[in-house]
Formats: sequence, C-alpha cells, structure tokens
Amino acid sequence: MALLTIRDLSAGYDSHAVVSGLNFTVNSGDYLCIVGENGSGKTTLMKTLLRLQEPIGGEIIMGDGLQKNEIGYLPQQTMVQRDFPASVREIVLSGCQGRSGLRPFYNKAEKALVQENLKRMGISDLADHCYRELSGGQQQRVLLARALCATRKILLLDEPVSGLDPKVTADMYDLIAKLNREGITIIMISHDIEAAVRYASHILHIGTTIFYGTKDAYRESSIGKMFLMQQEGGEADV
Amino acid sequence: MFEKLALYLQYPFVRYALIVGILIALCSSLFGVTLVLKRYSFIGDGLSHVAFGAMAIAAVLNLTNEMLLVLPLTIISAILLLRSGRKAKIQGDAAIAMISVAALAFGYLLMNLFSASPNLSGDVCTTLFGSTSILTLSRRDVWLCAGLSLAVIVIFILFYNKIFAVTFDEDFSLAAGVNANHYNLLIAVVIAVIIVLAMNLVGSLLISALVIFPALSAMRLFHHFKKVTICSAVLSVVCALLGILISILAGTPVGSTIVAVDVVVFGICYVVGAVTGGFH
Repeated sequence: MALLTIRDLSAGYDSHAVVSGLNFTVNSGDYLCIVGENGSGKTTLMKTLLRLQEPIGGEIIMGDGLQKNEIGYLPQQTMVQRDFPASVREIVLSGCQGRSGLRPFYNKAEKALVQENLKRMGISDLADHCYRELSGGQQQRVLLARALCATRKILLLDEPVSGLDPKVTADMYDLIAKLNREGITIIMISHDIEAAVRYASHILHIGTTIFYGTKDAYRESSIGKMFLMQQEGGEADV
Repeated sequence: MFEKLALYLQYPFVRYALIVGILIALCSSLFGVTLVLKRYSFIGDGLSHVAFGAMAIAAVLNLTNEMLLVLPLTIISAILLLRSGRKAKIQGDAAIAMISVAALAFGYLLMNLFSASPNLSGDVCTTLFGSTSILTLSRRDVWLCAGLSLAVIVIFILFYNKIFAVTFDEDFSLAAGVNANHYNLLIAVVIAVIIVLAMNLVGSLLISALVIFPALSAMRLFHHFKKVTICSAVLSVVCALLGILISILAGTPVGSTIVAVDVVVFGICYVVGAVTGGFH
C-alpha cells in the first residue's frame, strides 16, 4: 500500500476551494515536487496534507503504518522565529515532542537522536549557538534537523531554499537528495522548476491544469513543456 | 533605613505583601516570555480590563466573593483571544484592543450607574492602579495566592518543553502530532489566572508591565530560551521586591513603584545588551 493516497481532494479556506480534483499517491522512497504558479494553492495543499486544515472534499489515506506523529515538516520561516531567543539544540529538541507524548521532559534516547541529526546536517558545532544569529542556510539546516527528529519516514518541505544564495541552495538540494537516498520520502513545494525536474522522481503540477506523474512524463507533457520554457525565459520554440 | 525596614517587617501585612508580590512577579514573568514572543504583549492589558469590568459587575450584583465571577469571565476572554489566532475575522491586536476598551468602558459605566459606594472615584482608582489592596491582604488571600502561584509554577515546569515548541512553531507542532490547541488553551487559562492575581499587586492598568518588562529585559541579555526564562524570573522577583520595599520606605504607591523599577532595569539591560552583545 502507498504511504499516502489522495482521492479527489479539494483544499482551501472557509469552504472555498483553491485547488480541487486531486488524485495521486506517494510511495515509500518517492521524491515528489509540487510546482505551480503563485497562488495556485501549493501551501494550502501542503497544510491540508499535514492536517493543519481540514480537506474541503475527498480524502487523504495514510498507509504503510504511517502514524500521525511520524511526519516531519519544514515550514516557511515566520516573523516570530527570526528574532526568537533560542539555541540550536533547544529548537532541534522540540522536534522530539511528537514522540515524547505527555512525558514532560526529553529522555536520553531523544537527546541522542538530536545529536545524531545535528551531525547528519553538519551543524554539530552550532548546537549551542543562538538560532537568530545564524545564516539563512544554517537556519534551514536547523529546522531540517528538527523535522528529522520527528520522522524517519516522510518529510514535507515548503520552499526550503527560498531566500538562499545559489551555492547554499545547491547544498540544500544535495542534502535533501541524500536524505531521500537514505530512504526518507520527500514531498517538497518548489518555485524552482529546473531543480524540481532534476531531483524529484515525481511532479505534481497544480493550477488551472493539474498534472501528476513521473518527472520524465512531466517533461514530455504539454503543461510541463510550457512551464519549463516559461521559467527558462521563454525563448525555446514549441 | 534598615531599622525602619526591620520595624515594618514586623507587621504581618507587610510580610504578606512581600510574599504575594514575589509570587505574582515570578508567575507573570514565566509566561511573559511566551506572550512577548507570540506577539501577545497586550493581552495582559486586555484581560485585566476584562477583569476590571467583571469586578464592576460583581460589585453591582453585590457578590460577596467577586473571584467567582471575575476568574471565569477573564478565563473565557483569554481563551477567545488566544485561540481565535490566525483564523479570526478580526486580527489578534484589534480583538485585544476592542475587548480591552469595551470592558473598561462598561465597567466604569456600571460602577457609575449602580454604585452604592460613597467614594466612587477612589474605588475606581484602586482597581485601576491597585494602590493599597496589596497592603490589606488577609491570611486567606495569601494562602489562595500562594496556592494558585504554586499551581502556575508547577504547570510551567511540567509543560516547559511543550510551551517552547508551541511558541516557536505552532504549525510544526501540529504537524508532528502534538495537540497545540490544547496547549494554547492551557496557556490562556494560566494567563487569565495570573492576571486576576496580579490585579491585587499593580491594578489593572499596569499589569502588562509586570508581564512584559522582565521578559524584554532578559531577551536583551540572553539568547537561549531557558536562560531568558530564568533571567526573566529572577529580574521580575528582584524588581518586585525592590519596588515593594521602596514603596514602603518612601510611601509611594506599590504598583507604579514596581513598574518604575522594572522600567529602570530594562534600561540597564538594554545598555548592557547593546554594549556586550548579550551573554552566551
């Protein structure tokens, strides 16, 4: 069975659907990129997948024994976080809250998990630094380490590279690809269509037309061709 | 000066005031950090005005124990304000401002229309600025206050990690399967209890100061959440203690003296933080 099965899903706010008629499945080990124009409902869809808001119609079925508290999420940064006084370790530890349940304090296993994920993200030396004094790329690594504490199965990333310079962006993509090779399923929202077709295994394009399929099928599809061309500056001839 | 102080400390009402003042300062500063970071600095103000309005209603209804009305009303308002959050049609700051002034206006109106008290403006002034009520506490008030404060502190310690997580990133917590709404509810209820307690100390106009100043001062000095929280609690207690002692010795109003000390300490912390870049 698939990790996530989405059937005829509509997502939106206040019973007003922004995106509807979605059907797709995410299997273990997939790397799915969600692309589409601004305002096409990418973030709304992700929040619905995360159960942060109720679907307006249709259903999301979790399979393969995926539990509600086994989902890792990398949200876009909020204003609150930019000047939040907290150390890297404190933030990454908070990723363990889903597994700690009602237990008030973190145990040894959870602290070890934090160490492991800090190392995995290459930020062990930053553990006692203040989060708000880090660079954008380092902050994203911290939030990714936190998300990894919450899951061993699936990560949902909302524009993980927005605001990062090209070098850091490439590092971030490599890091995510590495996690995917280690067996973590990735669902990522991206503006960067080029990177999406390079790294992803599947593409979900939402907007006026909806496309779901492997990246090769996307490259061949009319919507894929058009969107790829637009992003590259619209100079290729179709 | 110390002799004078020693003399005053022999009176039970002075000792009660010190105990209650320190406990309230401790409680309010613990949750202050969360409120400031959640951009709810003004909720103290809003809720305390609600409590003022509720007190007016209790006075009109001639209730013997006004707490029975004031506490539930304040808690309900806190829940409404904190939980509506992003989904609300009226934004958080506007909602707080609205409830705050409305409660203040209706409270004063009720007191004017129905009050049997011969000294209305004195009553209003006491409720707003808490001028003397801290020095007229009975033994029962002290026990009640100590019990509630202890409950607040225990809740804070037990839920410290959850409160941090929910404050830093609500969406992540929800996605990770934590019921963030329950914790928001808990925070709202505790805040309401603190506000009602603190009205005794500084009155409803100055409560915000007690909640936000220690937190803001601590944030100037430290960059780790735990250190900020501890520093904020220490500063708050020291300021409350100094404020009460000064007010006893100099005969100044208790509430405004404590707040004045808080402001001065914030100034010092601001300068120290700017010069040293804070402590790691």
